[in-house]
Parts: sequence; structure tokens; C-alpha cells
Amino acid sequence: MESLIVWLSEFPSLSRGELRDFRKGIDQAFREFTQQYGAGLESFFDPLLSFLIWSERMLLAAPWPLVIAAIAGLAWLGSRSLKVVAGVIISLLLIGYFGMWEDTMRTLSIITVCTLVAIAIGIPLGIVMARSNRLQAMINPILDVMQTMPSFVYLIPVVMLLGIGKVPGMMAVIIYALPPVVRLTNLGIRQVDSSVVEAANAFGCNAWQKLVNVQLPLALPSIFAGVNQTIMMSLSMVVIASMIGVTGLGQPVLKAITNQYFSLGLLNGLAIVAIAIIFDRVSQRYGLRLQKHRQGGHHA
Amino acid sequence: MPEIKISIEGLTKIFGKNPSAMLKLVDAGMDKETLLKKHGHVLGLHDINMQLHERNIEVVMGLSGSGKSTLIRHINRLIEPTSGKVMVDGEDVLAMTPGALRNFRQQKTAMVFQKFALLPHRNVLENVAFGLQTQKKEKSFIDHQSRMWLDRVGLKGYENHYPAQLSGGMQQRVGLARALACDADILMMDEAFSALDPLIRSDMQDLLLELQAELHKTIVFITHDLDEALKIGDRIAILNGGKLVQHDTPQQILLNPADDYVDRFVADVNRTRVLLAKSIMVDEKPEQNADSVTCRDDETVDTVLHTLLSEDGSYVIVENSKGKRVGYIDKETLADSVFQIEKKSAA
Ligand SMILES: Nc1ncnc2c1ncn2[C@@H]1O[C@H](COP(=O)(O)OP(=O)(O)OP(=O)(O)O)[C@@H](O)[C@H]1O
Ligand SMILES: [Mg+2]
Repeated sequence: MESLIVWLSEFPSLSRGELRDFRKGIDQAFREFTQQYGAGLESFFDPLLSFLIWSERMLLAAPWPLVIAAIAGLAWLGSRSLKVVAGVIISLLLIGYFGMWEDTMRTLSIITVCTLVAIAIGIPLGIVMARSNRLQAMINPILDVMQTMPSFVYLIPVVMLLGIGKVPGMMAVIIYALPPVVRLTNLGIRQVDSSVVEAANAFGCNAWQKLVNVQLPLALPSIFAGVNQTIMMSLSMVVIASMIGVTGLGQPVLKAITNQYFSLGLLNGLAIVAIAIIFDRVSQRYGLRLQKHRQGGHHA
Repeated sequence: MPEIKISIEGLTKIFGKNPSAMLKLVDAGMDKETLLKKHGHVLGLHDINMQLHERNIEVVMGLSGSGKSTLIRHINRLIEPTSGKVMVDGEDVLAMTPGALRNFRQQKTAMVFQKFALLPHRNVLENVAFGLQTQKKEKSFIDHQSRMWLDRVGLKGYENHYPAQLSGGMQQRVGLARALACDADILMMDEAFSALDPLIRSDMQDLLLELQAELHKTIVFITHDLDEALKIGDRIAILNGGKLVQHDTPQQILLNPADDYVDRFVADVNRTRVLLAKSIMVDEKPEQNADSVTCRDDETVDTVLHTLLSEDGSYVIVENSKGKRVGYIDKETLADSVFQIEKKSAA
């Protein structure tokens, strides 16, 4: 009787010693794995790293008016809106005026690289996921984990493997930012009007023709919403990534937190917000233009 | 004897988890409702046997859920049957490998859909080109063909419009041009005109008949509108609950409905507009020697009556298409038949 009460009031758990051995075992195994494969993995990510460094150098070495002109030009191509372009130029000028030009360029380049990688992985993954319910059932929980697991937890093995620096930072950003583009690619393809897909089959399309001519174009607005979210999520990771050695706007924010410099934190925070808004407006406008033929309206 | 283009033999389709197990029950005579209630399977089609003739417009009719769409989708194997056979030009569609099936769909069949199913991101010309692009034809050929067919359906000048900018009737013209551009022998139309309003719909029927007079395709046309079926069908197949109840010419279906279901189906039709002179004419020449009028044996009773009254004749001489005299209709017979027909229509 008494033992039952004890059993009920105290959760039956592993003893401390057992638990320690358990964790030790895992850590030990992982450490060995790191020693064996760490170097190999590092060189695997080398191309990514050189791409990042190259784009950073480009943005930093180029004269600032040229950079602003290029970014404004891209914004125009994407949005076709003078208002958005004016907003872009003004924000960039203010950022430069307040001395955040270099950090902003670093952040821009890491966001760009991470977004490109996320798209390159995410869209194909979303496509295969849309083709099979089994695969969807397998991948969805993994995406949930990627989005909800605190980044520090998966950063531990990444840092153990690759050390502190740009690559683990990028990995953290990519892992966090990948799910939306995968999910929305999958969803977008699954939601394509079934009668149009049937028409493609009836006209004898093979899988590739169907994908390229029907499914992807019709899913594009959804895929684009995914890309937009992916960009926003990678921006929100900038500060965390700076803790493991990613340079850019995150580092001054980190410094501001530890030293309680309110204005420094605010300025850099605002710069991050400005970049986010620029990306968002441009990509949203672009997304709208992609859809312009779909909604009944009359355009020339 | 007309050539058989499509032959469907013992076709059964059961929707559900374990259709082959249900096949025995259905073959033993279980009906659609019982199968659904007791076993949770849907009987789509049961033991359909039919021959579709080359160069005909073969109409498939039936109420909603009777299996019309399921049937037409078996012809190009968009749906796999539970059992049975589908032969097109003597070739077994169910035996085709995926590649052969794609070729078959590209070259032998083309389809027009109720909801148009156009590509919203492509302009009208690019939509018409879709089938030919799938066939990887040469660019200049695709362009030429697409423009030609767009012109044929009356949409010249709309090449650069997008589907969303067009009315329903115009969108379906694009759908029709897309199908015709493939140059396939078989044209399948699943309630292609059902989404259109009556006037536009009538225009589209006329367009289809006009094109068919020239192209002589084998057209499988689904509708649940009897007037449409009678207007365009060379033959009409009537489905009820997944079963084929009658497959015959419009005349025969009106004169000899196979069962109560068909009878009720055709009850509201204005028969004088459908029945032909040849189905009411008699062999003997009437006694009167007064004025006669002449008509063709494939004119409707309606038209014959009109001619007789307007030309003030007393009886009708019926000739066939070669001008040979094939029968007579006197005033009484005509009046009687109109009266009979109308009585039947009213009943
Ligand atoms: N994929 C499916 N799964 C389950 N049942 C189906 C499926 N497709 C069709 N059915 C059922 O098969 C029967 C025939 O459907 P079908 O779509 O062929 O009818 P229809 O004659 O074309 O009707 P409508 O005039 O409404 O288009 C219906 O009872 C329908 O519910
Ligand atoms: Mg249907």
C-alpha cells in the first residue's frame, strides 16, 4: 500500500545515474561522428560559404549609389510601383546615414543566399510531397519540428560539427525558414483546379509536361506566398544567427542587449524592419502581378 | 452498315475500397442503393455494352449521378474500369502501356469540359495550342493550326485575350478550338454546353453541327438536356443508375421508349418537332385528287404541317433525298398524328 502511494506521487523515472549514462552515450557517439565526418561536412558546405562571401564582397565593394540603384531597379522590376521604389531608396539612404550600411549589406547577402538555398531545396521537396500522400504524411511532422524546435537545440550539433561561424548560422536560418516554401508549394499544387489537371491528362501530357505547363504555373501564387514567408522568417533569425558568428545587423542588436544600449538596438532593429518591409512589398506586388489574369478583370 | 469506332463490352465500375469483391454482389443483382448502404461502395456503371458508330454524334443522357461522366472517362481511360473492355478502332485501350496511352490520348481523342478547364495564365492562342504543344509539333505548325481553329470557332482577333476576359460562351469556343486543333478522330464532350445560357448554348449547338457536317468526327456528347440530345444526336444512349437502358435513334426513343424511365424522360418533348415525315407516312395514295404538296421524308412533322397549311394543299407526297416517291400523308393522318402526339406529350 505504502509503496503504491510512493509510486503514484513520484513519477517513475530513470535514476540519475542511468540518465547520465544515457545522455553520455548519445553525446559520445555524436562526438565521434563529429571527429570522423566534421571536416568532410565542412568542405561539403564550402561552395555555400564562398557564395555568401562573394555576395557580401560584391555588395560591400561596390560604390553605394550603385548598390542603391541596383536594389531600386530590382524593386521596380518586381513591383512596378514608383511608391515602393521611392520607399526603398529613402530607407536605404537613411540606413546609410545612420551608419548601418555595411551591416545591412551583410544581412542582405545572407538573407539572399539563405532564401535561394531554401527555394532550391523547398520547391522540389514541395513538388514531390504533392505527388504522394505517404510522403506528405512523413514530411509534415518534420516541418513542424523544424519550425517549433528552439533553434538553439539544433544549433548545438551544428556548432559541434562545423564550429562557430557563417555556415552554422546559415544552416540555422535555412532550417527555420524552409518550411513555409515547402508547405505552400505542396498545398498550391494540391489545390490546382482538378478539372484543369484532368484536361492535361486527357490531352496526353506526361508528368513533366503537366508539372511545368499546368501545376507549377497555377500553384505559383501560393508558392510565391511561401517564398515571401521564407524571406520574413529568415530575417527574423538574423539576431539568433549573430550569436553563432553571423555578421550583420544582428550583432549590434546583440551588443545592445548585453550592454543595454537602447538606441543602438532600436536603430538596427528598425533597419531589419525596413529590409523586411522592402522584401515584403516587392514580393507581394510581384505575386499580385503573377495573378493578374486570374481574376476576371479586364487588362490590355 | 456504319463502322464501329468505339466498342464497350461488359463495362462495370465500382467506386470504393475493394471494388473487385463487390463485383460478384453486383453481378448477382444487387442494386446501387443496397450496395451503398450495406457495403459503402458506389456503383458507377454496371455491365455496359454499346457500340459507338464512326462519324456519328453519339449522345449519352441520364440524370445526375447516372454515370455519364464515368462512362465517357473510360473511353480514354481517365478512369480504370472494375471489369470490362474498351476497344477503340479495334485496339484494346486497357492493354496500353502508359506511353502508348499518352500517344492514344494525344492522337485519337480530344476532350471538351463542362467547366472549360482552360489555362488561366495563358492567352487564348496559347490555350488552343496546348494539345499540339503536348504532341511536340513544330512551332510554326502549332501557330498556324491554332490561329486557323480559333478563326473557325469565331474568335479571330481574341488571340491575346486571357480566358478570364471572355464570356462563358467564348471560353467554351476556346475549349472547342483546343480540342479540334488536335485533329483527333474522337471528340468527347462532357456537358460541354451545360454551363452556358440558352441562347449561347443554341449557338454552340449550331456551331458544332456546322463543324461536324464538314469534319465527320466521332463525337461522344454528354448532356442531361433532352432537347439538346434530340437536336444534335444521331443516336442517343440513355443511362439510369449506372445501367444502359436504351441506345437508339431519337425517332425510336420517342416512338418506342424501352421502359417507364425513358418514357418519363421523353414525356415533355414537343414531338412534332422531332418526329419525321417518314415515321407517319402511309403507302397508299389518298383518294382525293385535289392539290398536293411535296416534302422530304426527313422533314419533321411540324414542318410538314406548316407546308401543307401555307400552300393550302390537301395531302402530302413524301419523297426521299433522291427525289423518289416513298409515301403519302393525308390531312386526317397528319391531324391525327399531331393530335396523338400532343395528347401523348400532355399525358
Ligand atoms: N471518384 C469517385 N468516387 C466515388 N464515387 C464516384 C466517383 N466518381 C463518381 N462517383 C459516383 O458514381 C456515380 C456516377 O457519377 P458520374 O459523375 O458519372 O455521374 P454523371 O451522370 O456524370 O452526373 P452529373 O450529371 O451530375 O455530372 C455517382 O453516384 C457518383 O457519386
Ligand atoms: Mg458528369
